[in-house]
Amino acid sequence: MANKVYKDAKSALDGLLRDGITVLAGGFGLCGIPERLIAAIRESGVKNLTCVSNNAGVDGFGLGLLLETKQIAKMVSSYVGENKLFAQQYLSGELQLEFNPQGTLAERIRAGGAGIPAFFTKTGVGTLVSEGKEIREFHGERYVMERGIVGDLAIVKAWKGDTAGNLIYRKSARNFNPMMATAAKITVAEVEHLVPAGTLDPDHIHTPGIFVKRIIDGSPHEKRIEQRTIRKA
Amino acid sequence: MPWTRDQIAARAAKELRDGFYVNLGIGIPTLVSNYVPETMDVTLQSENGMMGVGPFPLENEVDPDIINAGKQTVTEVKGTSYFSSADSFAMIRGGHIDLSILGAMEVSENGDLANWMVPGKMVKGMGGAMDLVAGVRRVVVVMEHVSKDGASKLLARCSLPLTGQRVVDMVITELGVFSVDKKGAGGVTLVELADGVTVDEVKAKTKAKLTIGAKIAA
Repeated sequence: MANKVYKDAKSALDGLLRDGITVLAGGFGLCGIPERLIAAIRESGVKNLTCVSNNAGVDGFGLGLLLETKQIAKMVSSYVGENKLFAQQYLSGELQLEFNPQGTLAERIRAGGAGIPAFFTKTGVGTLVSEGKEIREFHGERYVMERGIVGDLAIVKAWKGDTAGNLIYRKSARNFNPMMATAAKITVAEVEHLVPAGTLDPDHIHTPGIFVKRIIDGSPHEKRIEQRTIRKA
Repeated sequence: MPWTRDQIAARAAKELRDGFYVNLGIGIPTLVSNYVPETMDVTLQSENGMMGVGPFPLENEVDPDIINAGKQTVTEVKGTSYFSSADSFAMIRGGHIDLSILGAMEVSENGDLANWMVPGKMVKGMGGAMDLVAGVRRVVVVMEHVSKDGASKLLARCSLPLTGQRVVDMVITELGVFSVDKKGAGGVTLVELADGVTVDEVKAKTKAKLTIGAKIAA
């Protein structure tokens, strides 16, 4: 049986990183991001990356780490408001940016993974987002054509995973991870708990192992909180 | 006195109905959750992938894996569910969410909304706003009536890049409540006036085609 388990992030990415590749990185804000794999990409020094990720991390954490080292040439994101370094690099022209509406981004990745090259959506019609794209009318309403996304590499984070690559996410840390796991030539997952195949309830699997080629136990994770909001008892 | 942020939020909460699934934006819209009547069953959606969003956690309840679309830590309620962002936007784009309450930089008299970008100045992104206004059944905007430099935000045409065309059904500001004719050319209608605010003040601060509602004119 093919072995999917690697000892750490560095070895799991061995042979996968080349300058100029497109990397899909799971997570929403800092929630559910593949911390270890991002750190290993930084360590590798690979450059000129196109990163598809809803956000760009924050200064000093998440994909913000790869902005610091200028390893990212282009971001495809829906919201980058938490990152000063990002704004700086973008406004100075060092970094390219393609804004996608969040739902369009999620669906482009889902479509890419499902072998669907393009689809039509109402989102963004009549805005900058639809400029230069095909518009078609269905049921009397205008829709814009958006294309599926397929990356060279997807890095995702799950709560539990098994040696067959099956993944279970936890709470809102699921976000973009399930679609991204399906939408790249190769997907590497990092999990908090890695268990033997047969341990997880097959009915509870979110991402079937077919989509995951390599897996690591990335614990302990820092799981940094972006906006710690609490109420008084 | 014009309405405070909390009074705007409380007025917006009157647009909620029992059984509604609702998405609240960041800022004043988030405050609306404080004014849901206890007798009413309203379920809050967060577009990152959570249905049934509860209040902020107590110190000992904080869980980094439970956040809302503003990346704030939140809690679960009875009946909470989690799903991927693709499923989340299937709910939104597919017309399954009853109401969205959003902030705005500008709204035009035909219901165009601008709330994601100031060219050359602000590089933040639209997040889920374009999907929400395109797919949610009813869109209510809560905002300050004029910008910090005194310019009206309720306009004949938006000057900023749009989030959506003909998408806003209602606008609530510190001056009152306005219905928007997003399908036709009727402009905005003042349907409710905040206490102590005059029609003349609303007229002076509004740059959209404005009709004074029958209840107020009378």
